[in-house]
Amino acid sequence: MLFAAVVAIIVTMGLALIRACLGPTAYDRMLATNMVGTKAVLLIAVGGHALGWSGYADIALLYAMINFISSIAVMRFFEYQKTLPSQEDE
Amino acid sequence: MDIALLAMLCVTAIAAIRIRDLFAVTMLFGIYSFLTATFFLSLDAIDVAFTEAAVGAGITTVLMLATLRLTGRYERKPKHNIFIPLIVVSITGAALVYGTLDAPLLGDPNAPAQQHVSPRYIEESPKEIGIPNMVTSVLASYRGYDTLGETFVIFCAGLAVIIILGIQDSGEVHPGRSAIGDQLVLRVVVKVLLPFILLFALYVQLHGDYGAGGGFQAGIIFASGFILYDLVFGEGDARLIVPPNFLKRLAALGVLLYAGVGLYSLFNGKAFLDYSALSDNPTSAQHIGIFLVELGVGITVFSVALTIFFAFSGRAQITVKTDRRPPL
Amino acid sequence: MDTLLNFLSASCFLIGGFLCITGGVGLLRFPDFFTRVHAAGVTETLATPLLITGIILNQPDISLDSMKLLMIMLIVLATNPTASHAMTKAALHGGLVPLTQSKDDSGDSTEKQATNKKPSDNGGDISTL
Repeated sequence: MLFAAVVAIIVTMGLALIRACLGPTAYDRMLATNMVGTKAVLLIAVGGHALGWSGYADIALLYAMINFISSIAVMRFFEYQKTLPSQEDE
Repeated sequence: MDIALLAMLCVTAIAAIRIRDLFAVTMLFGIYSFLTATFFLSLDAIDVAFTEAAVGAGITTVLMLATLRLTGRYERKPKHNIFIPLIVVSITGAALVYGTLDAPLLGDPNAPAQQHVSPRYIEESPKEIGIPNMVTSVLASYRGYDTLGETFVIFCAGLAVIIILGIQDSGEVHPGRSAIGDQLVLRVVVKVLLPFILLFALYVQLHGDYGAGGGFQAGIIFASGFILYDLVFGEGDARLIVPPNFLKRLAALGVLLYAGVGLYSLFNGKAFLDYSALSDNPTSAQHIGIFLVELGVGITVFSVALTIFFAFSGRAQITVKTDRRPPL
Repeated sequence: MDTLLNFLSASCFLIGGFLCITGGVGLLRFPDFFTRVHAAGVTETLATPLLITGIILNQPDISLDSMKLLMIMLIVLATNPTASHAMTKAALHGGLVPLTQSKDDSGDSTEKQATNKKPSDNGGDISTL
């Protein structure tokens, strides 16, 4: 079952990656990036447990935090580029 | 699993080259370093994976985005012919692949790297230093000079950014102008989450002897906690907590702490960075030395990372202000 | 007891993996950004606790790692919906229009390719936004 879960997570990562490459708008890419990050956390946790890596929990914990920070940063800086010019028109 | 990861790495890299929207490329690089770190982890290099996750996915993404705010969003079309670079790259790649044919396989016990110093580290370091995590003992004790040099490099990077860009002390927040800063849910969650991030950074700093982690990673995580606060609560608030002038001194303090340990042992008649001057018991002397050195590294990395972020984001604010009419 | 735990963790893994794939397919196949947020956010928020509970149940005993995994679960549970929420708000703020609204009100939108996705479905509650 562990193996099935690992395969499922990797497949999902691949799907999200395709969306990140295709993504018509930047928000789609943000969403896909966030999803890949979350799936990486899960992959490290499940795969680390399955393969017996040492100290995987620390890294998964760090990933969960870093993923949040980077997606917030993407939104923050993206909106700066996008909304400031449009506000000038109003 | 390795093959799947490698395939995804290749897809990400090719997509990052093809897409001209630099914003998307930055996000793809975020994915790339997540995948790389997972790969490092599957090679059992926990500390490298830790650093890659903290630096590559976290700070680098934030800094690249802050830079994109200063420059344009779209990459220009290249004017030159693509064939000559392609040929050069192919030849170099072929040479590198040819070189790897002679290199020993991964995990080969007869490889030169496994025979020279590694056995000594693996056999002696538990006795000499008494720390479970060998990476920390190699980093902070056996290779103390190298790490001191790296800390100086980081410090110089911070200095260069301060000299070129400077840090603006502007503490203005524009309520209502940003979509992120006004979200109540986000503010509450970040407020709740922030102590945990800082606590985790301290854990990584102090627990580096036993598990993955150490000064470099802890400094980056600590800085990213402050960066998160700054991102959500608007520019200026984080600057009130950690004033940039204070940060400059903190960066110097970290390097001085590291070098001071070396000087202390020098004045006590031992070699530079010989920790046995710190205590009578050699093992606990190593422990104290590694603790102090990691603390110095952590302080320097934290303050330099935060300094660079402040410099970039403060700079962006100035350009925005001069380009547009003043806020209502 | 052991069999029960094994069965529980195995079913957690299976359901979690299935939800993961569902989210991935939804992310890839859904017509516009807001439906994709729905697909990704909802499935991730359920799949993560399931998978991590599966790992915790699969471990031989309760250790520091279990506590760390619990922390991961809490952090993902806190950050993931928040990130989805913030992203959706940022998209609305940034001028992205949900599909149904664009069809009813103005007709011009960034998404054109899939407007045949039955607009009467949730047009009511989106227009109350």
